[in-house]
Amino acid sequence: MKEIDDDLLQQAHYWMRLTRALDDRGTFLHKQSKIVGGYFSQIGHEALSVAAALNLGPGDIIAPMHRDLGAYLVRGLTPRRILAQWLGRETGVTRGRDANLHGMGDLSLGIIGFISHLPASTGVIAGVAHGIKLKGEPRVAMCFFGDGSASQGLAHEAMNWASVFKLPMVIICENNQYAYSTPLSRQMAIEHIAQRAAGYNMPGVIVDGNDFGAVYLAVKEAVARARAGGGPTFIECKTMRMRGHAIHDNMAYVPKELLLEWEARDPIMRIETELRARGLLDDEKLAALLARIEAELDEAQAFAEASPYPDPATVTDGVYA
Amino acid sequence: MTWDQGLHKATTVLTGEQGTRELTYLEAIRAALRYEMQRDRRVLIMGEDIGVYGGAFKVTQGLIEEFGEDRVIDTPMTELAMLYAAIGMSFEGFLPVVEMQFADFISTGFDAIVQFAATNHFRWRQPVPITVRAPGGGGLRAGPFHSQSNEAWFVHTPGLKVVAPATPADAYGLLLSAIRDPNPVIYYETKYLYRSLKGMVPEGDAPVPIGQAALRRSGEELSIIAYGAMVQEALNAATELEREGHSVEVLDLRSLKPLDEAAILATARKTGKVLIVHEANRTCGVGGEVAAIIAERAFEYLDGPITRLAAPDTPVPYSPPLEDAYRPNAAKILAVARELLAY
Repeated sequence: MKEIDDDLLQQAHYWMRLTRALDDRGTFLHKQSKIVGGYFSQIGHEALSVAAALNLGPGDIIAPMHRDLGAYLVRGLTPRRILAQWLGRETGVTRGRDANLHGMGDLSLGIIGFISHLPASTGVIAGVAHGIKLKGEPRVAMCFFGDGSASQGLAHEAMNWASVFKLPMVIICENNQYAYSTPLSRQMAIEHIAQRAAGYNMPGVIVDGNDFGAVYLAVKEAVARARAGGGPTFIECKTMRMRGHAIHDNMAYVPKELLLEWEARDPIMRIETELRARGLLDDEKLAALLARIEAELDEAQAFAEASPYPDPATVTDGVYA
Repeated sequence: MTWDQGLHKATTVLTGEQGTRELTYLEAIRAALRYEMQRDRRVLIMGEDIGVYGGAFKVTQGLIEEFGEDRVIDTPMTELAMLYAAIGMSFEGFLPVVEMQFADFISTGFDAIVQFAATNHFRWRQPVPITVRAPGGGGLRAGPFHSQSNEAWFVHTPGLKVVAPATPADAYGLLLSAIRDPNPVIYYETKYLYRSLKGMVPEGDAPVPIGQAALRRSGEELSIIAYGAMVQEALNAATELEREGHSVEVLDLRSLKPLDEAAILATARKTGKVLIVHEANRTCGVGGEVAAIIAERAFEYLDGPITRLAAPDTPVPYSPPLEDAYRPNAAKILAVARELLAY
C-alpha cells in the first residue's frame, strides 16, 4: 500500500467503510424482515471492489456482481437507490423488479445490471469492449466474477473472444474460496485461476484481494493496457467469503482456522493500519467518519422506507421497450 | 454448393405480391440486411463463416466486401459469447444482427437470449435491440441437428419477439422491423424456402409490422392457420380443396410473439372451423396457444373441433421416408382438412 498516495488512500477508506456500513445495515434490515428473499454479505470484498472501480473514469463501463457493493457506490449509485432496491420499492434501481444487488444497472453511471448466471457479465462486457473498440474510443469495460463462474463455459468463451478481438477489457476474478458450499478443490485442479489466462494469450495477474494497494496497482496497469489497445487482462484477486453464500447459510462447511486466518487479513483493518501509520487516522477521526456515514445511511434508509412499493397494477409494465 | 442447393428443382413463384423486383426468399433476406446496413451505420452482423465465406447458405455473400470486417464480423465458434457480445454491443449503441448458422445451434446460446436479453428491460429499463437470425425447419434431409423448428422455446419467454416470414416480401419487411425493434427479436427464416420460393419484393423502406398476421386466401368453410414453410403447403392444399368445391381461408401468422389475436379470432369466427398447421412438434407448440385463444374467445362460433396438424413429438429424422412421415405437407393438410370439412 506504500505506493498509494494519501488522498487516494483516504478516499478508498471512505468507500470501504461506506460499503461495510451499508452492508451491515442490509444484514440488519434482513433480520428485521424488511429485506425479504436473499441477502449477500460483502465482508472481505470491500478492498477489491473499491480498488477496481476507482481506476475507472466516467466513460468506462463495469458489470459488478453481488459482492461488489463498493464498486456500485464508487460508480455513483446512491445508498438511497440501493436501499430502496433492497426494500423492493418503486424508487429502487429496478423499481422492485429485481432483488438485492441483482440487476442494479444504470448505463448513465456506466453500470450493467448482472443476472444470477454470473459469467454472463464476461460475455456482455466483451460485447461492450467490442463496441468501444469498433468506435475507436479510449474507454475500457470491466467485468467481475468468481471462482465458481470460472468453471462455466461462458467465462472461457468470453475470454477467448476478448483475446481474439484484442478488446479493451479487464476481467476481475474474485477468488473467495467457496462457490456456495463448493471449495476450490472441487472447482478446479489448478492452484491459480489466473493460470488459465495463458491459454488465451492474455496476461494473468494474481493479487492479494484484501490489499487495497495491490489490487489498485494491478488494475491500474490493466486499465492502461486496455486503453492503449493492448487487449484484455485477467486479474485474480485472492480473498475469502467471510459469511455464508447468502444470509441463510451458516457455512458450517468452512474450517474455522481458515476464517481466522482471513480475519487477520481484513481489508478495512489493513487500510486503517496504513492510514494510522501515516498519521492520517486516529480513533477520533475514525469515529467522526463512521458517524458521518451512519447519518448518510440514516437519511437514505428513511428515504427508502418512505418510498412506495410498486403498484401491483404495473406488474406487466416494462417487459418490452 | 450449399446445403439446400440441388434439393429443389422446382421453384414456386408467388403471384399477387406487391413489389418492384422478383427475389428468392434468401435474396430478400440479404437485401434487407444490405438495406439496413446502408441506411443505419449502427447495424452490424455477426456469425460463424458469414464474412469471407459468405455464410453456410450464402445469405450474407458479398456483404463483407461492401461493408468491411468491422460490420460483417466472422466470429469464433461460440453462439453463447456471440449473443452476449451482441447484447454488450447494443449497450454501446450498435444494432447487432446475429446469425445462428442453424436454428438448432441456438441452444448453446440460450442463456444469453432467455436470461439476459429477454429480462433486461423489465429489470433495469435498458433495451436490448438485437436480432437473432435462426435458419430453421426441415425437408432438407439434414437430420436431427440441422432441421429443428424450436421457436416455441422463445415464444414462451416474456420479453422476446418472434417472427417467422413465409414469403420473400415478408422475409424482407419483417427483417427491417426486427432490426429496428428496440427489443430482442428472434427471426425464424425457413431454409426450405431459401431458393424454392420467389416473389415480388418492395425496394427500400418497406417494413412489415411485427404482430400482424396476413390473410393469404379468403374463404368461408374452413380456416387454416399456419406460418413459415407451412403457409405454402396450406395454400396448395386450399387450391386443391377449391377444386373439390370447398372455400378455404389461409391465415399466415407471420408474428409468433406477439400473436395477432384479432386476426386469429376473426378467421375462427368467420368460418367456424380451424386447422392449425406447423412444422414444429405438437406438444406445447405455437398451435396449442392459438387453439387456446380460439377456445377461450370464439367458442360459441365453432362448428367443429379446433384441430392441430404438427410434427410428431420426436427429434427430426434423417432418412427421406422418415422425414416425410415426420413433416406436415399439403397432402397431410388435405387429409385432415377433408375430415374437418365433413364434420
